[in-house]
Formats: sequence, structure tokens, C-alpha cells
Amino acid sequence: MAPSLQAVLAILLVAACLAAIHVPLGRYLHWVFTDPRHTRAERVVYRLGGIDPSVEQRPTFYALSLLAFSLVSLIVLWLLLLLQAHLPYAYGRTMDPLVAFNTAASFVTNTNWQSYVPEASAGYAVQALGLTVQNFVSAGVGLAVAIALIRGLARCDTDRIGNFWVDLVRGTVRVLLPLALLAALVLVGLGVVQTLRAPLGVTTLAGGHQVIQGGLAASQEAIKQLGTNGGGFFGANAAHPLESPNGWTNLLEILLMMAIPSALPRTYGLMVADRRQGWTIAAVMASLGVAGMGLLAWLEVGRGSLEGKEVRFGTAWSAVFASATTSTATGAVDAAHESLTPLGGGVAMLNMMLGELSPGGVGTGLTTMIVMIIVTVFIAGLTVGRTPELLGKTIGRREISLAALAMLVPPALVLVGTGLAVIIPASRAAIFATGPAGFSEVLYAFTSAANNNGSAFAGLGASQPFLDAGLAFAMLTGRFVPLVALVSLAGGLAAQGRRPVTAGTLPTHTPTFAGFLLVVILLLTGLTYFPSLALGPIAGLS
Amino acid sequence: MTIHPRPQGGSLARLAVRALPQALRKLDPRHVITSPVIFVVWIGSVLTTVLAIISPSVFSVSVAGWLWATIVFANLAEAIAEGRGKAQADTLRATRTNTTARRLTDDGTEEDVPGTDLDLGDLVVVEAGQVIPGDGDVIEGVASVDESAVTGESSPVIREAGGDRCSVTGGTTVLSDRIVVKITARPGSTFIDKMIALVEGAARQKTPNELALSILLVTLTIIFTLAVGALRMQAAYPGADLSLLMLVALLVCLIPTTIGALLSAIGIAGMDRLVRRNVLAMSGRAVEAAGDVNTLLLDKTGTITFGNRRATDVFPVEGVDRDDLVAAVRLASLADATPEGRSIVDFAEAAGVSGEPSNQASLAVLGADVVPFTAQTRMSGVDMPDGSLLRKGAGSQVTAWVEAGGGVVPSGLQAVIDAVSQRGATPLVVARSRDGVPAVLGVVELKDVVKPGLRERFDELRAMGIRTVMVTGDNPLTARAIAEEAGVDDFLAEATPEDKLRLIRGEQATGRLVAMTGDGTNDAPALAQADVGVAMNTGTSAAKEAGNMVDLDSDPTKLIDIVAIGKQLLITRGALTTFSIANDLAKYFAIIPAMFVAIYPGLQALNIMRLHSPSSAMLSAVIFNAVIILALVPLALHGVAYKPMSASAMLRRNLAVYGLGGVIAPFIGIKLIDLLVSLLPGLG
Repeated sequence: MAPSLQAVLAILLVAACLAAIHVPLGRYLHWVFTDPRHTRAERVVYRLGGIDPSVEQRPTFYALSLLAFSLVSLIVLWLLLLLQAHLPYAYGRTMDPLVAFNTAASFVTNTNWQSYVPEASAGYAVQALGLTVQNFVSAGVGLAVAIALIRGLARCDTDRIGNFWVDLVRGTVRVLLPLALLAALVLVGLGVVQTLRAPLGVTTLAGGHQVIQGGLAASQEAIKQLGTNGGGFFGANAAHPLESPNGWTNLLEILLMMAIPSALPRTYGLMVADRRQGWTIAAVMASLGVAGMGLLAWLEVGRGSLEGKEVRFGTAWSAVFASATTSTATGAVDAAHESLTPLGGGVAMLNMMLGELSPGGVGTGLTTMIVMIIVTVFIAGLTVGRTPELLGKTIGRREISLAALAMLVPPALVLVGTGLAVIIPASRAAIFATGPAGFSEVLYAFTSAANNNGSAFAGLGASQPFLDAGLAFAMLTGRFVPLVALVSLAGGLAAQGRRPVTAGTLPTHTPTFAGFLLVVILLLTGLTYFPSLALGPIAGLS
Repeated sequence: MTIHPRPQGGSLARLAVRALPQALRKLDPRHVITSPVIFVVWIGSVLTTVLAIISPSVFSVSVAGWLWATIVFANLAEAIAEGRGKAQADTLRATRTNTTARRLTDDGTEEDVPGTDLDLGDLVVVEAGQVIPGDGDVIEGVASVDESAVTGESSPVIREAGGDRCSVTGGTTVLSDRIVVKITARPGSTFIDKMIALVEGAARQKTPNELALSILLVTLTIIFTLAVGALRMQAAYPGADLSLLMLVALLVCLIPTTIGALLSAIGIAGMDRLVRRNVLAMSGRAVEAAGDVNTLLLDKTGTITFGNRRATDVFPVEGVDRDDLVAAVRLASLADATPEGRSIVDFAEAAGVSGEPSNQASLAVLGADVVPFTAQTRMSGVDMPDGSLLRKGAGSQVTAWVEAGGGVVPSGLQAVIDAVSQRGATPLVVARSRDGVPAVLGVVELKDVVKPGLRERFDELRAMGIRTVMVTGDNPLTARAIAEEAGVDDFLAEATPEDKLRLIRGEQATGRLVAMTGDGTNDAPALAQADVGVAMNTGTSAAKEAGNMVDLDSDPTKLIDIVAIGKQLLITRGALTTFSIANDLAKYFAIIPAMFVAIYPGLQALNIMRLHSPSSAMLSAVIFNAVIILALVPLALHGVAYKPMSASAMLRRNLAVYGLGGVIAPFIGIKLIDLLVSLLPGLG
């Protein structure tokens, strides 16, 4: 099959599968977060944690719960990584404290930037008990905030936006665990490794020595994609044959990472009792997602080489995977992104720079989109001569301030972080490539960290003190400042009444609005990053 | 001495020249800092000026000069907007002469005190020819007052103690008689003082939407400042040492200077548009709320109808000729000076019945006796010299008169009366007694006539999502008929002030914003409760105090204009914000290749405008950025064209004009400026 035809079919196949999945999954998510009952397993968790699941929280407590949980997660994971030598199945692997902190920050923020080499520094137990657990709960945190924000829009005249612990537990127990289990079994069936045996040293036919890796890869792989985490069990991530042995696992992993983010717009539509709102978001996400995939595939197929790509996937599927992983907050890779054409790499960066909303991370894709909708509604609302409102909620000073904060933090981290990294000699020395591609390595790293993606451009020797600390700071700030702003935004919206819909109300479900939203997203992102992109990917043209 | 609309065509340039000194004074950083976006430009201007002094070149001097021009243009917009108000304030201030008040002391004597020494509750005497020393209520007497100093209306108005016409405004002149006024406002906070502060913009505070927009603009400014600041570090990677001059130029072009420069001018001009229509808004917040209004409460009388009943039709009973009926009722009304009576004569004339006698005087010449309306008989008419008696009046009274005289009331009469009532009109029964035998002739329909063109305006309002509710003291039957005729969405019949208040609260409970007009003291609670409460200037001071706007013309229909002005204000802000942000695309395509083409020649591909040189490209972008502010000043001051339509249609229209236009215009503008700038010698 001609690669270009293969690319078109690949994109259509992914789009068709997601179109089919998002309907039942969106409805299921709606049920999960609106069901008045608690399952027995959940009740056990609540009793152990001393939580009263029937009590809803004010925004401040919701945010404090979230921060407390994440802080404890950060500390526990850091300690686990530092003390892993005392855990079973460690196989002598250890991690430097700063790298361990970077790793802990990376997994707690759902980024999964890997400054470490798993085969050398992360044993089986710490991967399963530390990293995989965070793969679940960090995604659960993102999902919880998205649901809280939707509640803010759906509710009126209340100071309660839900219970963080209930949202976290339900998202984990009812959504992530069962789906990950199912996916892990399928992955094992398709040939992904799942064993506690130590790496196997063999002598090849040619007489060379080879180590065949082992470990609980399938179970980590499933949640790594489903939770848009992206941290590979092996250093080569999904390019490693034991993580993703064939085209089927590649497709399944693409679908897993996009499944929940694609379904959330439908959940949104159901929760705010206006499905058209969900369709609008889905349409904008799909347009950006398909455009990104199409553009990346077009730039790679026929122009790019197979260097840095896996023969078993080919350029077309590698391009689709690269776009999927950067347009969700996943960051898993099945090819070296530095081997993409300069502009192809630029599209991968642009996907992340958009704030990952095509369809984005678990929860964070939808929240980023809602922030952009608020900004769009604000500008569009003024042009129709009304105080801007979204779903009957006035977008005033408080709302625009919080949306602006959520919108402002990631670009600030990327721009300043990249600038500092290229002028500080130590981190500058860590750059591998020369010319614009070298700049792209750093730009990519900070874009990935601040937007909680986690994929890397390769090349950059990121295990270096400034980069480890700087990227950890970018990951933590890029994650938690927006999340807290979003919870506060949810609280403010929930406290408002609802203005009635009239002919004078700006409709937020029409093609005109969707088109304007698309333009605002592209324009704001473009204007913010154009100079940086000009120095990296675009300059790479010449 | 008036605040009526003044001609302004072609005067903008003159206004600009007059405002220039003020604009230069506003370069003071203490003023500039009130607009963060322009403050960033100010810092940039200072920086580039220093750079231009250190190493003067055509380029550096030009950039510095144009950056200062950018701020001056921004200040100019504000100064022009304020200048319009200043002129009005000056004329108002002239009325605030130092009057001497004749204060009544406790023992009943008068003492002369300066008007500025008056306190709340003081009683002052004002006689013909004297200026009323302060705001207050007439508590004794009646006088005609010239209020042209405030309203611009030259015909005098009657002010009298008690009722809804007791309030007088300081600075107006009593033309006749003597009144005693109880002072209700301290000197310095009188109505005229408030007006001066308002039109001058001294009391101007940023409105909620303006604040929210400022936050968005500041956010964009921060993002672009970071992007440009980081660029200096990032560009060090390939070894480019970006000059500060270039970076400042890039930054100024990217931050939303256009809307930042015009934002306060738009707000001042919006208030000014209201003042031009003789409406004073006590706060900018109220003007914005007007744009958001969902429900308009309109008083029937004076707003929807002309306010007096007019004869619109006649219905003769069986056996009576229509012309006979018309002639009879005309005779009966000739001496009737009420508007209803006049309208009957007019109706007869329109129906072709005229001639002698033509008025009360000619009736008297004929020897007819006029029977005036009394509360007891509740009928009026005329006794003709030939012995025939004509009577008109309410159905029950006239039929009683007929029956008392031995006449027979036709069986069909009641049906005609009911039919007229159901149409929302008042039936007037006409009877004539000839040779001692009275008989009913027929019914005249008196109707409160709906003002023409209202239905279309209500349709427009509906298209904009605004519901109209007619408020009337009429019975539900009459109210319904008039509501249907006028095309309002709903009505409140037999309305008491409490009903009005309840209606407003009910609407607000469902998240709607309500606007209303009122003039009486009993309207005050509703005026205070409404989101937009427009008090009539003829109203009581309680009403004026309760509302957040005052209409000096006392024209309740103006509520609809006020809504339009509120919307226009918001649309202008939104349109210019969209335009401002859309402009950035072209500026990037001008500046980025200019900056980096020396390091990465491939970036020349981005120079899609084929600009002459890096220096000319940058300077062109900076010049465009400054000039566009000046070009948009008229739009900011007059507001964007506004036509009532649905929000969807308006969004499509405004995005096409200001969004798409904002993308395209700078490509053309920068290219044209580049063609000129490239001719500059020594620019490179």
C-alpha cells in the first residue's frame, strides 16, 4: 500500500474508532460521576480513608484535598524511588536523588517525562507500586478537576462542587482500573511482556550477547496510554518491541490514549443538559486532532526518512502515533521525534503548545478547551453587545482572571524555561544536535514538561541538574497552578445563578462559534509561540 | 446653555487639534499607568529614546518617534472624548453662579445667605426672576420654572407643592409666582454638580466589562512580554544578538495597543452618546447593564400610547344614520375642551361633518346652553335653542337618562358597548331628546391610540432577545387589547407600584435584567430595584434619586434607545478587541523574518509581503500600529454601526468585518507604508 494512502486510511480508522467509542464511554463517564450510590469497593476505600462520601466540598477544600493528595503522592513516590534497592525485584537498579525528584514530579503531574533510563534505574517493584499507581491516580486527579469544572457550569447558586475523594476514587475504580485491566489482557494477548523474571542474558546466533528485558510491562502500558501518562516501561517507550510488538498494539495504544479525552465532551454535554455544547467541543477537538495528524503524516510520508522510526510501524503509523501522543497529554513515543522532519517536529510541538486540547489529556483536554471557550465567549460576547456569558453564567472579572491564569502559566514556563536553558552553559552543553534542531530539543523539552506531555525530542541529555530541576518545576507549576485556578473557576461558576437563553444570547453551539473558537485557539497559540518556532522548526527549513 | 446634540460632521479634526495639548499633558507616567498596555509602550518609548540618543540613526530615531506618537494618539482619543464633555460641563458650570438664598428662619422671617451655605432641610423662598439656589422639593405654592439650563427645553414647566411635580433643580429660574423650596441636596452634590462630574468624566470608574477586558488585555501583554523577553535569550542560541530596539518594536506591535489605546475613549464616548440624547447615567455600570437588559417594563401611557383617548369610530344604533350620530356628538362636544372632546370634533371633521356652529363661541351665539360634565351627572352635552337636548357620557348614565325621560334603550346597545370595551377602548354613549322623548343614537369609540412604528421596534427588540412588558392601570381586558395592538410580549394590568416591584423581582429571580422608566415617588422602589431605572426629569426627586439614569426630556420611549446605546458600547469594545488581536498576524509576518533573516536566510520565505528591508519592515509595522489608532478614533467615538438583529447574526457580521478585516487590513497597510518608508534615505 502506498504510504500516503496508508496514512489517510490510518487517520480515518482512528477517527472512526473514536467516533464509535466516545458515545458509550461518554455516557458511562456521565453515569460514573452522577450515580448517587457507592459500590462496595468504594465504600471500603472511604472507610479506610475516613471520608464521608455524602458530603460535598467547597472549592477551597476541593483544591486543598487535591494539593494534599498530590503532595503526599510526590513525597511517597520520591521516597520509593530513593529506597527502591530495599524493595523486591530491584535487580540492583538505583536512582540519583535529583533525577528521582524529577521522576516523582513527572509521574505525579501526569507528565511522565523520563529523565531516567528504566532498564538501569527503575526496578519492577517501584515501577508497579510507584509509577503505575501514579499513572492511575494522576489521571484520576485530572479527571476529577474536569468533572468539578463541568459541575460549576451545570449547577446554580451553590457553594459545592463535589467531593474530590469521591471523584478520584470513582474515576480510578470505575473507569481507569477496569479499562486498564481489559487493555492489559489484550496487550498480553498481542505479545506485550508481563513477567516478574529478571532480564534474560542470551547469546545470539551470530555469537553476540543480548539482554532480553522482562517486567510488568503490559499492565503499565495499558494505564500509561489510557491515563495519557506516557512513561514507558522501557527507555525506548512504545518503540520497544516488548512494549508494542506490532501494528495492532500500536493502533490499540493510540486508541487507548485518545479514548477518555475524546469521550469527555459527550459527558460534558450530558452533564450540562445540552448535548450540542458537547458536539461543538468534540467537533473543534476532532478538527484540530485530524488536522494535526494529517499535517504530520503529510510532512513525514514521502519527505521524512525511516531513520528513528520502527520498520514494523512505518512512517504513516509513526506519524499518526506522534500526533496522537502530543495532541493528548500522553507523551509515549513509538519513534524518535527528533527524527521527524523539522516541520513535522514543529507540528508535534504545536500540538502540545495548543495546550493539548485535540483531544488533550484525561480531564485536562476538556478543561483547557473550556478555558479557551471562556476566552472566546468573552471576546465574541462583547461583539454581540452583551456581557459575555457561557451557559447562562456571566464571564466577568473573576472568570476571565482565572481563565487567563490557567492559560498564561504553561506558555510562561515554556518561553522563559527555554530561554534560560539555552543561555545557561551547563544545560546548553546538554544539547546534542547543532543548529535549529538543537534549539528544538530544548524548546520541545520545556513545551512537553509545562504542558504535562512527557514526550521528548531525544538528543537532549536531560539528566543534568538545571534541566532536571527546571523541568520538574515546569511540570509541577504547569500542572497545579492551572488545576487550582480551574477548581476556583468551578466554584465561582457554581455560585452564580443562570441567565436565561434568549435571541440576544450568544449561542455557543453554532458552526460560527466553533469556527471562531478554532481561530482564537490557533491565533493565540500561534502568536505566543511563533518567534520560538521560527528559531527552531521553521528555521530548520533552510 | 443646552446639552442637545451639536453638529459634529467634519469637526473631529478640529476637536483633535484642540485636544492635542491635553494629549501631550497625558504623557505623564502617572496618567499613562492607568492603562497597562499603553504603559508598556511608554516604557518602550523611553528605552528607544535613550537608545536613539546613544546611537542615533534614521531607524532608531524613527522608531522612538513613532512609539511616542503611539502614546500621543492613544491620549488624543481619550482627550477628544473628554473634550466633548468638558465643553458641556463649562456651560453647566456657568449656571452654578453664586446665588443668594432667602432662607426662612424658624420664626418665619427671611435671611439672606449664600447658596453654598444651604443645608439639608433648609427652607428657601424663590420668587419670579430668581434662580433656585439648590435642589429641592416645592412645599408651598406653584410656579412656572425655566429649566432650559438643565434640559435645554425652552418652554417653562409648572412646579407645584405636593404630587409628582414638586421637584426643582438648582440653577433653574422661576418665571412667575412664589414658591417655598425644601432643600434636598447639599451644595456640591446637587444635580448640576453630578451632571458636571459625569459629562467631564471626572467621576468615571471602569465598568465591570471594561475591567474584565482590561484583565484579558493585561494577560495578553504579559504573554507577549514573556515571548519577546524569552526571544532575546532564545535568539542567543544561534548567536543572534537581537538589539533592544528591535525587541521593543516587536513587543509594541504585538501587545493589544489598538484596543488598549481606545478603551477609555470608547467608555467616555458611550456615556457621551447618552448625554447627547439628554440622558444622564449616574454610572457606567448602568450603561453596560442597559446592553444586557432582557426585559423592558414600559408604561402604557406616554410610552406605548399617546396618553389620551381619541375618537376612532362611531356605531349608530339601528335606525339612526351614521352622519346624524356624528353631527350630534360633534355638537355635544364643541364646548368640551378635554382632549377627548377635541378629538371627537376632529373625528367629525375627518368624516366630512363640519360647518357652523364650529366652536363654543358660535354655539353661544346660537343661544345654546352648554351642559358641562359634573361628577354627579357624569354626562356632558348641550341644550339646543330648538329644544333638543344632546348628551354623551358613560353607558349606564346615559341609558338611565334616556329611561328616566321615557325613552327606550335599544336592545342591541349593550352588545355594542361590550364590543368596544373588549377592543380596549372606552365606549361613549350618545343620546338626544327631541320633543321631550329621549333616544339613544349610538356609541362613540374612544381609544388610547398606540404610537405609530412601535410594533416594528418591539419586533426588533424581540429579535435581540428582549421581552417587552406593558404596565398599565387599565383593566385586563383593555390592557390585553392594547398589548396586542402594540405588539408587546406581555402586560401587567391594574398595576400598583407593588405589582411592578414584584414583577421586577420575579424577572430578576430567573436571571433576567430589567429596565424601566418612572417618575412618581411611588415608582422609586421599583426604579431602585430595576437594573436600569430611568427617572423622568419631570419626576420627583425621590424617583431621580432611586433610578440610575435621568432622562432630561422625560420621554419614556427613550428606554429603547438607551438599550441600543448600551449594546453599541459593548459591541465597539468587542469589535476593536477582535480587530486589535487579528492585526498581530500580519505584524509577525513583517517583523519575524526581518529579525532573523540574517541568521536563517530561509526565513525570508515568511516575508510574504515582500517588504523592502528588515529596517523598513519593522518601521512599517510600528508606524501602522500607531496610525491605526488614529484611524480608529472616529469609530471609537461614534461607536460601530449597530442594527438590531439576533446574537448569531450579529456575531457572523462583526467577525466578518472586524475579525477578517483585522487580519487583512494590516497586510495592506504595512505594505503601503513600507513602499513609502523605503524611500527614506539612510534607513537601509
